[in-house]
Amino acid sequence: MADTLIRQGGATRFTQAVASLGANTGNGTRLAELTPPGQINLRGRPSDPRFVRTVGAVLGCVLPLNANTVTSAAEVTVLWLGPDEWLLVTPAGEETALIARLREALGDIHAAVTDVTGNRTRLRLSGPGARETLMKGCSLDLHPRGFRPGQCAQTLLARGGIILHQIDDAPTYDIYPRRSFSEYTWMWLSDAVAEYQR
Amino acid sequence: MLTINCPWCGPRDETEFGFGGEAHRTRPADPSALSDAEWAEFLFMRTNPKGLHRERWVHSHGCRRWFNVERHTVTNEITRVYQMGSASEAAETAPAAEQAPATAAIEKQGSRS
Ligand SMILES: [Zn+2]
Repeated sequence: MADTLIRQGGATRFTQAVASLGANTGNGTRLAELTPPGQINLRGRPSDPRFVRTVGAVLGCVLPLNANTVTSAAEVTVLWLGPDEWLLVTPAGEETALIARLREALGDIHAAVTDVTGNRTRLRLSGPGARETLMKGCSLDLHPRGFRPGQCAQTLLARGGIILHQIDDAPTYDIYPRRSFSEYTWMWLSDAVAEYQR
Repeated sequence: MLTINCPWCGPRDETEFGFGGEAHRTRPADPSALSDAEWAEFLFMRTNPKGLHRERWVHSHGCRRWFNVERHTVTNEITRVYQMGSASEAAETAPAAEQAPATAAIEKQGSRS
């Protein structure tokens, strides 16, 4: 059933969602909406070694237990959301199979695996002006001493809730607004980034 | 604007948080056994101190966890941040916490130490 769904971006009035940003040919800062990914909410006890081990084995990467950190494997990115809560981001359409594998492997271990794929969309902001663009509307300390690749945060951008994930030192950020806020976030970001797109 | 040190996420702007009122209040086990005056005492009366106040906050736009904060109601200085339940007794008996709160005394008991 899932394969009959159309994965529409959240800002289709302004832009076409793309699979990736592609190689950067200039030195401008780029903003794009990525194809909305599969999203899975995972709850469980980090103090239960069976839970941590089982999830790690299924995902192919360790569960990030430090606050606001991210781990990833080939087909999944794992974002820390809370002391017993994670967001698993998968390529579009891959989430159903991963949920089934997680549920089977977890068995009677105290945990919850929930498909939240419709919840958020994904915007990618990359380039020399990306940090300053975000700083116009985000109170987090984004200086490299405080926020680095491999870190994530749930915070506010221009008063709208987002999950922010720094990917690399370009810097590149993934921004996950709630779907109903994705047009707003897109409009705010495309205005804020304009001066870095010369 | 306060900067509040979430026990998990670290320092964030006040706008990311929600306020939950006075901490360490226990709901009476059997409300129907209380007189109206006793029930009103639980529902409406708070200590409302001029000084250090222990209160609940929730990181609504972050990790969405509740925790306790000890804040001076005159200066707004936050002297302690500690997790729900875990440190309530210690908080009640913390020696000399009322004296000269130091900004460096913010206590982090989260896993992110
Ligand atoms: Zn938090």
